Amino acid sequence: MHIVVCIKQVPDSAQIRVHPVTNTIMRQGVPTIINPYDLFSLEEALRLRDRNGGEVTCVTMGPPMAESALRKCMTYGADRAVLLTDRFFAGADTLATTYALAHLVTKVTEHWGAPDIVFCGKQTIDGDTAQVGPGIAKRLGLLQLTYVQKIEHCDLAAREIVVHRRAEGGIQVLKAKLPCLVTMLEGTNDMRRGTMEDAFRAARAEIVTWSAAQAQIPDLAFCGLKGSPTIVKKVFAPPPRAEKAFQIGVEGKTAGDISETLVAEIFKRQPGLEQDLTKSAGADF
Amino acid sequence: MSDTAKPKPAAASRANTKKELPEHLKAYKHVWVMVELERGVVHPVSWELMGEGRKLADQLKVDLAAVVLGPPGGTEAAVTDAFGYGADVCYLVENNSLADYRNEPYTAAMTELVNTYKPEILLLGATNLGRDLAGSVATTLLTGLTADCTELAVDAEGSLAATRPTFGGSLLCTIFTLNYRPQMATMRPRVAPMPLYRAGRSGRIQRHEVSLPEESIVTKLIDFLPDGTTGKANLPYADIVVSGGLGMQTAENYQLVRDLAAVLGAEWGGSRPLVQKGWITSDRQIGQTGKTIRPRLYIAAGISGAIQHRVGVEGADLIVAINTDKNAPIFDFAHVGIVADAMKVLPALTEAFRKRLAPAAMRPAAE
Ligand SMILES: Cc1cc2nc3c(=O)[nH]c(=O)nc-3n(C[C@H](O)[C@H](O)[C@H](O)COP(=O)(O)OP(=O)(O)OC[C@H]3O[C@@H](n4cnc5c(N)ncnc54)[C@H](O)[C@@H]3O)c2cc1C
Repeated sequence: MHIVVCIKQVPDSAQIRVHPVTNTIMRQGVPTIINPYDLFSLEEALRLRDRNGGEVTCVTMGPPMAESALRKCMTYGADRAVLLTDRFFAGADTLATTYALAHLVTKVTEHWGAPDIVFCGKQTIDGDTAQVGPGIAKRLGLLQLTYVQKIEHCDLAAREIVVHRRAEGGIQVLKAKLPCLVTMLEGTNDMRRGTMEDAFRAARAEIVTWSAAQAQIPDLAFCGLKGSPTIVKKVFAPPPRAEKAFQIGVEGKTAGDISETLVAEIFKRQPGLEQDLTKSAGADF
Repeated sequence: MSDTAKPKPAAASRANTKKELPEHLKAYKHVWVMVELERGVVHPVSWELMGEGRKLADQLKVDLAAVVLGPPGGTEAAVTDAFGYGADVCYLVENNSLADYRNEPYTAAMTELVNTYKPEILLLGATNLGRDLAGSVATTLLTGLTADCTELAVDAEGSLAATRPTFGGSLLCTIFTLNYRPQMATMRPRVAPMPLYRAGRSGRIQRHEVSLPEESIVTKLIDFLPDGTTGKANLPYADIVVSGGLGMQTAENYQLVRDLAAVLGAEWGGSRPLVQKGWITSDRQIGQTGKTIRPRLYIAAGISGAIQHRVGVEGADLIVAINTDKNAPIFDFAHVGIVADAMKVLPALTEAFRKRLAPAAMRPAAE
């Protein structure tokens, strides 16, 4: 079984700081991580491989430093990693990103065989669009199974897969065919620690690195900023609210006094709420 | 994975070189909203989008259209409501293959509608269904898509200006889809208010036949496991939400939040760190990467008010914050504040509400 997992290196945005005066991002020294949502897909891929045999190939498009994220994937147990890196890809929106990634998967197929499943993260924590997985699927002509909570079974011989997919109001149990693209829901598994053996292997492994030319991306006009139909016109800080909170005095008062003042204040501002609450409270008794 | 949201000087300069729309794209007119009809129920986000779409259509002086996809005989209520919430036109595709949401037939039907009737703007909810469909449709049409917008507007030239958070929510950016049509955007539930419903309002129904033979669809729905109704969180549509943050200090103390919620018949939730600590489940996380809420009353205890939390709660009518730090950022956007220990205030508040809300007959005679 061959499984391709698309991952992205993202800034650990918990540590991003915005310059208070210029409102620009202070990126220096911000550590990077593998997009946390990708790990649920990677773990699922590793489990399928462990069960069925085969290989997991992790791929990413990004700057040269994204190599470290791929190496990390190998410490978890991925069999190989491929980095697509070129200045032509800079500034890509979702459409341009999926163009490059779909061609990268095609190139990986030429080298190591067609994937039975391509996994993507549900979304990233920096872009947060959840659109790249569906975009890659469409471009590769793969069926897409998004927001998957569980892969119930995956039958390589019958080329069949059954998944539980999170929908509004319940779970869809869907049967589809391989090959397909899957995005896993968060919290569906726990990323393994990786063995010592994997750690040593990862440390020595060569991360396959391709430029646009080496990956034979057919048309650079569809890549990066040039290939992006959307453009960012303006970046700004959210406007502050005009007034600060009205403070309920606490000096020398008991918690009980404060609470009664607060309840009165709430119902003064939301009179309808008190009526509705009294009604429903009455109904309960 | 997308870099859509990244601000770059080069991008800005490209925006300024906007050329006139190519001739073949000028035929694209009108604003469309995808109505998410699943198992006979329309997701309210579709009506919220109808309200936003109405404003855009009025500004552009074009029609607002609803797109309703569903099984034969199962779409009537959705069509009636679409008109009630402001649609002028309803594009209706009824087909047995559209009985349940599946990506293949829905993408086929939606792209065919777009290619036939050519809307300039197409809006979808940023729900699992909307996000699953939007990515496929945008890629098929090779057009731009701005996900999870917090604000939609039309600029002086009639282009869609879609604003969304960027960089983990610390900043906002405005994104345009120039020279491609339709301009697609998604918006999360509860970001926009529910528009008024006008009963009896009607419009034109444009039926469209799409050939979707079941044999040609690979994905089969073999079962649907409905969520149990008990214990299921529904924060986005709750009237009252009580929440706690790291200031609650321990999982045990968090019970105080639930006690207050119980007295108010409210939903309970919290900031992201509480999910990471396992004190609450992820469907109760409030904020940019959790739920957006719009309650009539929001009570936040021990929450600092980080921007990622703020964007999820700003739609609340009344925000009450309890925090020991008088400089906590939450007091910048709360309406009523109390600088005090949540562990003392919460139980007292629960008691105060209990007393006030008890039916008159149950109150002690002295009151
Ligand atoms: C990409 C990204 C996405 C994010 N998404 C979200 C999101 O969706 N939702 C979210 O909430 N966060 C989100 N965050 C995290 C966010 O940045 C903050 O870290 C988080 O909201 C802080 O949680 P908190 O307020 O509970 O904790 P803290 O910031 O630690 O605040 C605790 C507060 O409790 C107060 N306090 C302490 N003791 C007491 C007491 N006894 N009584 C009363 N008050 C007390 C303190 O004064 C302090 O203000 C996100 C971050 C990133 C980078």
